[in-house]
Formats: sequence, C-alpha cells, structure tokens
Amino acid sequence: MNNSFLHRFSTHGILILGTIFMSAPVWIAFMSSTHSADTLFREGLQYWFGGNFFETYYEVLFVEGGVMKKVTALEMLGNSMILGLGFAIGKVVISMSAAYAIVYFRFRLATPLFWVIFLTLLLPLEVRIVPSYEVVAGLGLLNTHTGLIVPLIASATGTFFFRQYFKSVPEELLEAARLDNAGPMRFLIDVLVPLSKTMIAAIMIIMFVVGWNQYLWPLMMTTEENSYTIVIGIKQIYQVLSEGGELPQFQKAFALTILAVLPPVVVVLVFQSWFVKGLVESEK
Amino acid sequence: MSTLTLSGINKRYDNGAHAVRGVDMDISDGELIVFVGPSGCGKSTLLRMVAGLEAITEGEMKIDGTRINEISPADRDVAMVFQNYALYPHMSVFRNMAYGLSNRGMAKSDIEAKVRETARMLRIEDYLERKPAQLSGGQRQRVAMGRAIVRSPKLFLFDEPLSNLDAKLRVQMRIEIKRLQRELGVTSIYVTHDQTEAMTLADRLAVINEGKVEQMGSPMDLYSDPKTLFVASFIGSPHINLLPARFENGELQVGATTMPGFEALPEGVPLMLGVRPEHIAQHPEGAFEISVDLVEQLGADSLIYGAVSGFNGDEPHELCVRAGEASQREPGELLKLNFETDRAMVFRQDSGERLV
Repeated sequence: MNNSFLHRFSTHGILILGTIFMSAPVWIAFMSSTHSADTLFREGLQYWFGGNFFETYYEVLFVEGGVMKKVTALEMLGNSMILGLGFAIGKVVISMSAAYAIVYFRFRLATPLFWVIFLTLLLPLEVRIVPSYEVVAGLGLLNTHTGLIVPLIASATGTFFFRQYFKSVPEELLEAARLDNAGPMRFLIDVLVPLSKTMIAAIMIIMFVVGWNQYLWPLMMTTEENSYTIVIGIKQIYQVLSEGGELPQFQKAFALTILAVLPPVVVVLVFQSWFVKGLVESEK
Repeated sequence: MSTLTLSGINKRYDNGAHAVRGVDMDISDGELIVFVGPSGCGKSTLLRMVAGLEAITEGEMKIDGTRINEISPADRDVAMVFQNYALYPHMSVFRNMAYGLSNRGMAKSDIEAKVRETARMLRIEDYLERKPAQLSGGQRQRVAMGRAIVRSPKLFLFDEPLSNLDAKLRVQMRIEIKRLQRELGVTSIYVTHDQTEAMTLADRLAVINEGKVEQMGSPMDLYSDPKTLFVASFIGSPHINLLPARFENGELQVGATTMPGFEALPEGVPLMLGVRPEHIAQHPEGAFEISVDLVEQLGADSLIYGAVSGFNGDEPHELCVRAGEASQREPGELLKLNFETDRAMVFRQDSGERLV
C-alpha cells in the first residue's frame, strides 16, 4: 500500500516535472507577449498575464509596419499555410504515384529504382541547397510559391510508406478490378486511394507540420518581405525591431512565435485520432 | 453459354519453373469442370491463365472458337471468385456487385435491377448497404459469387472459394454452388485441393499433378477406373490401400502372400497393388491377415486400420478396411481378409502406369 503510494507519487512527480519542463518555454513566451516593450526591457521575461494582449496581437496581425516594414503576420501565416499545404499535398501526390508505379507496374529495375529513391534520404536539401538554388534562380522562381514548394516535394519517406502499404493490399483486389474492367487509373482512384485514406491523412499531417517548419530553404529563397513565411518572420523580426534606435519590441517577437506554433498544434490536435489510425492499423 | 478449348497450353516462368505442361482440354457448354490436385500442382496457374491474369507461354486458348490468348481479362467476359473473396473493403455490397457493371457502361437503372435480382437469388438483399467487414464469412462468400453472377459472364472461374469457411458452411455452400451453376447453366471451372469437394461438384474432373493433367473424366470414372497410381491415390476417401508387390513365376506376390488371378504382368519390376477399402471382405479363410490397430466408427459404417502380416518393417503395409455397422473389433485382434481380385488394380511403381 505504502509502497504503491510512493511509486505512484514518484512516477507522477517525474511526469509533472517533465510536463513543466516541456511547456514552460511556451508559457513564458506567451506571457511575455502580453506585456509592453517597456516592462520586458526593464524586468526581463514575464511569467504571468500582462495587459497588452490585444494591442500587441492586433498590431502584429493586422497593422502594416506593425511587425515588419510592409508585411503583416497574417500575410506571413498565409504564406506558411500555402507552403505547408502545398508541401503536404505535393508530397502525398508525388510519393503515392511513385509507389503506385513501383509496386503495380512490374517494369524492370523497379526495385533498384526504389532503392535509388530511398538513397535520396542521404541527400537532404541542406546538402544540395546550392545547386537547388541555382536551378530555381535560373528558372526565375525566386520569391514565388512554386519555387518555394516544388524543390521540396519529392519524398523518399512518403514513397517508402506508400510502397509498404500498397504491398500489404491483397493482390486479388487488383485482379478482381482487372476482371471488373477497371484500368490502372480507375483502380488507383476507385480502390487504392479510398483504401489509403487514413494513411494519406497521417502523411499529410506530418508533412504539413514539416512544411510549416521549413526554415533554411525559405530563408534562401525569399528575399522580399511579401513572400516571407512566419518562421522566416521570426528570424527577421529581431533585425527589424532593433533598427532605428528605438526600444526593441520583444513582445511582438514573442507574439509572432506563439502565432507560428498555433496552426501545427491545432492540426495535430484535431487530426490526432486519424493520425494514430493511419500509422498503426491497416484497414482490413 | 460457352465452350472453352485448351490446346497445348504451357506455362514457363522467368525463373525456369515449368508450371503447366501441355494441357489439352475441351469443355462443353454448361459443364462444371473441377481441377483437383495437390498444392503447387499448377491448377491455379491454369485457371488464372484462363482468366487472363497469367500470360500463356505456349498453346492456344479459345472461348466459343475465338482465340483469347491476347485478349485482356476484362474483355474475355469471364468472372472469378477468389479464395479470399477479394471484395473491395471500402465499398458497400451493392457497389461491390455494381462496380464491374458500371465500368462496362451499363445504365444506372439496369445495374440497380440486375444487382437486386442477383442479391435476391443469393439471399443477400438485406445486406446490400453493408460493408464486407460487417458480414460473416458465408455472407462474404455469397457476395463474391454475386459479383461474378451479376455480370452474366461466359465463364465462371472459382479459385478454391470455400477453403476459408468452416466445415459445415463448406458443405452447404458446395450444394448451393452446384445448384446455382445448374440453374444458370454457365460453363464453370472450379479449382480445389479437396477431393471430396471435387467429387461432389464435378460433371467432369481433371486430376492435375506437376503441371500435367493425369486424367480427366467423370468422378465415378476416375474413382473406379484410374489410369495412374497418382489418380488412384488422390481420389477416394479413405485412400486406396497400396501394397508393394512383385510378379514372379506367373503369380502376384504381395508380401508373403500369393494372389491368384493375375496374368501377363512384367516380371522383376516393383509393382503396387491397389485395393479400395470397400473391396476388402472379412473371411475366416482369407489369404491376408491384419492385426487391428484402430477402429474409426463413422456411424453407418466403420473403418478398421491395421498392419498386414508378412511384410518387412520398412515397406508400407498399413491397410484400411471399410466394414459394416455391426463389425465391432478391438485393437489387437487378428482379422482374416480377402481382396476382391477383379476390383483390385496393379500399377508400376516407377512410372505409376496402371497395368490391370
């Protein structure tokens, strides 16, 4: 009895400590964003609500010049949303078609080709960033959504997941479909896509968050404020804010951080059940 | 309402495996043909070649006299029932059955009528809106058959459709398949490794072994007049009794016993004597003697198992005798037996060819 009480006490203690450790920075950032620039400058980080919540967030989100010179946080959120969604949808479409080709069209070299695709995991964007930049710049796509998204959407991980999933789909389904006069496109759209619903959802969620958090590529690609994503915005705001000899507007930097975190958190919370379902169970 | 002709059909895989070797076959309109054989004998491959799911390496296949080798599975107008049913898991029963029809551009109202009619015939009209996962094994089996029937194809192909069902349901579905096939009169091929299923269903059955058709004929023909050792041992339950034998000095020697009534058999070749369990009678002066190991009571009759005396230990000499209800025997008892000489068969051990 005593022993089990101690046991529960200590495990809960450890869990609570862990939770505090993980969430404290977010809490501090949020609290600090609700204070005025003066308070922050005088007293440092804040641990409880201040009175400036509405002013700060209003200015950051809607007022031109409130956070950057021209662009508002809302526009940057929009850019991030386009990047996140484009990244996720692009990856799903590309990797699903690649896996479909590899698994169902038994052309020669399908397996070696798959491993070649898989090897690209060893060449992340950071390694090939200079040539990628060259290509995109050569095509005149700097500062465009296309240039931001397209070089990122080829996905070895996604191809791998879909390939494994397709391999687990019974072969007889394909044969039944062939006898039912369904061609390759019909089979893909009528049978495989509906079967992979949860899988698609799970990959979309992961990829959305990864896309949203892209840093290095947008940093190189976007030189004009109009095409900044919110993650780049956070990086740039310090330069903007400390210019001109005024008091640094740290509360706005904190507000921007909180805004940047929210959408991925909402996506994960809302789609959590789908996400787990897609990765854990395969529909029979 | 179709005929199917196979001539010189061969299947070789890229890795060199020769799965189907020179199959010739004529299947007439409305017949139910069963391919039976041990697993890996090529029976499924042959069926899949008829369906168009496997390419034909050599030979010609014709439906109603038209060559179909190069025709795609969908255009051959055949329907197949798969072992694991292969129902589309995300579609309702209705859509599962309608899918093939709508892909062929049939009008919505016609599809509706056709599916409902088929569902009524199979007694699944109450489940049309359900998903396959919400159905029992037997119901799924019916849906799979419905999907085949609804298209009114020229040929039905069944690939071990009952092997996922429990024993009772299997018997029930077997009868139903036979009844439906009769009613619809569609030429059908049915693949199974279960010889009871084969015997009960078939108009004619083809025993396949190592890619070759060993023998084709009506179930009773194959049972009473097998052409090879393989067919004799594959057809029949319980199995035919096989005892090693030799022909010496104009007489058949089975173990220590001489069996009269055989002439002109090759001498000095290992032979095999085959006797069906029901062609052995108990007789007080019988030539063979067994000591009873085990008695299986089946109700209407009983099966007595025992070892024949007069054999070396390393030769197979187990015997099974079908005896009437009244025959109550205890393990350890000695029994004298007579074989019905005119029903007994003799095979060559090396080639499996039947001699008598």
